[in-house]
Amino acid sequence: MITALELINVNKSYGQVSALDTIHLNIKDGEFFSLLGPSGSGKTTCLKVIAGFEVPDSGIVNLFGEDVSNVPPFKRNVNTVFQDYALFPHMNVRDNVAYSLKIKKVPKSEQDQQVNEILKIVKLEGYDSRKPSELSGGQRQRVALARSLINKPKILLLDEPLGALDLKLREQMQLELKNLQRQFKITFIYVTHDQQEAMSMSDRIAIFNNGKIEQIDTPANIYSKPKTAFVADFIGTTSIISLDLANKFFNYSKPFSIRPEFIKIQNDNIHDNEFNIEAIIDDVQYQGSYFKIIFKKDDLTLISFYYPNTSKQIDINLGKRYTISWSKDNITDLNE
Amino acid sequence: MNSILDSFSSYLFRNKNLLILLFLLPPLLWLGIIYLGSLLVFLFHSLFYLDGFTGKIVYKISLNTIIELFSSPANIDILIRTVALAFLVSVGSALIGFPIAYYMAKYTSPKVKIFFYLAIMLPLWSSYLVRVYSWKLILAKEGIISWVFEKLHASWILEGILSLPVIGGPSLSISYLGMFLVFTYIWLPFMILPIQASLERVPNSLINASYDLGASKRQTFYKIILPLALPGIAAGSIFTFSLTLGDYIIPYIIGTSKFFIGQAVYTHQGTAGNVPLAAAFSLVPIAVMTVYIYLAKRLGAFNAL
Repeated sequence: MITALELINVNKSYGQVSALDTIHLNIKDGEFFSLLGPSGSGKTTCLKVIAGFEVPDSGIVNLFGEDVSNVPPFKRNVNTVFQDYALFPHMNVRDNVAYSLKIKKVPKSEQDQQVNEILKIVKLEGYDSRKPSELSGGQRQRVALARSLINKPKILLLDEPLGALDLKLREQMQLELKNLQRQFKITFIYVTHDQQEAMSMSDRIAIFNNGKIEQIDTPANIYSKPKTAFVADFIGTTSIISLDLANKFFNYSKPFSIRPEFIKIQNDNIHDNEFNIEAIIDDVQYQGSYFKIIFKKDDLTLISFYYPNTSKQIDINLGKRYTISWSKDNITDLNE
Repeated sequence: MNSILDSFSSYLFRNKNLLILLFLLPPLLWLGIIYLGSLLVFLFHSLFYLDGFTGKIVYKISLNTIIELFSSPANIDILIRTVALAFLVSVGSALIGFPIAYYMAKYTSPKVKIFFYLAIMLPLWSSYLVRVYSWKLILAKEGIISWVFEKLHASWILEGILSLPVIGGPSLSISYLGMFLVFTYIWLPFMILPIQASLERVPNSLINASYDLGASKRQTFYKIILPLALPGIAAGSIFTFSLTLGDYIIPYIIGTSKFFIGQAVYTHQGTAGNVPLAAAFSLVPIAVMTVYIYLAKRLGAFNAL
């Protein structure tokens, strides 16, 4: 497998704040790779370092084995889809999309042909002469994509490209992006704070927190084998049991995480499960096909899901007391 | 009493146009009667003419005065001189103002930006006359500029510049070059601020996107930054151009004895008592500005608005 991008020991700080702290990344050619984390975690700075808009304080950026740490953005074979799309407001759709071809002085007839082709791919035929201000959010997104893809970059960087779209459109664009990536066989580096988006599209995910990468892994491994409490908590819903509580209530010598779908409420064979505790329903949240039930026992909080249509009927009023339990196989030990 | 006020205020709330009209009526009346009305009355005088023998104004409509304006070579000289200077001052202000505006909009921290605003606005707090007279002293033969050149043993450079035809003269304070410098200095704030405002509205991501798509800094400037700053440059140049067209104090204090439009209007309506010719002269800046704004619009200066 060819390595598309490599970051070696990259650091970047703004004043006292460390935006990137000893970042190591190795992204393979053709991979759909997501940088996931809360806002301010350093993922966008990381993208800017890859694109060349930010110069790291130290460290090396390799693109296809070539050190580009000191190469300006206009000489890097990567293209960016910006969060605000960054369409040129004084140009129409055609001129926006043809911008990089004009810079490269591609002959006019070839320009037209390539623009027509790419506009067809992003389903924007017939919109050539519109100004960006005359387009909807989804259409602007497509223009931004077309403008970046026409350059045939080896790596496409996407900075929260779907953040401004409504839910339905976002789900549709997720599918289209994934299709485009397969069609063009290029490496996508995708910045998002939406874990569902990252989970459903990516081959691998890097989880950012406070300028550091907490874990790099496939979506399935990130979900089922989170390495740190932060990852377990950030991805999906989970209950995190600290070392103190694990000791006190379960006589277990490590902090761990347990996903709500594994917590059984009033199971008949309680004693099949290694972990069990009697707790009180503290809150109930309706989620459509299931209820999210929060159990409390002293300072211990556990989140469980209850599916009223498929599981045994129980009374889920606040204050009800149940014995809840789970198997040792389902917990994930966390680093301290 | 209260209930009447209450129902009146609810009535206004429901009829927003009436409310807007009430607010706008005083300024509209002012603009319509005091400003536009008297301006039109004055300009209308250009259709009357001065009787050559009696020296009295003949109140009959004719094109005599307009023809007089454009048939006298001395008058044509005044018009060309004024429009040319206004044009050069606008170009000069744009060239000097753009880098300052760009630095302010893209590179300054909020605190430094306040410093720049102050530095640009502060001169406007002192009298325009004081500033022009100071420039007279700075540019004079015995002034600081001559002194610096002398101390550097470079007086020959200054003399060389002053011996140039048209822009030269006996000293900087009595030359077109000196007038150009003073006009550019005086109107510079009116050029910097609109350009800065237009650049402030260009998001950095647009500039990054241009680099990202392979454009060098130079290409990005000509294809992205300049077109988007054009409305600001146009707005600034409307200030510098029209203010120079109408000014009569700077040509009076700095510069040669040759007249500019402002001085022509001043003398004709004052000492000469030729109000019709003064009115005809006043028509020219209005006509020139109309053509200027029309051309700027045609060239797409306001497309990025």
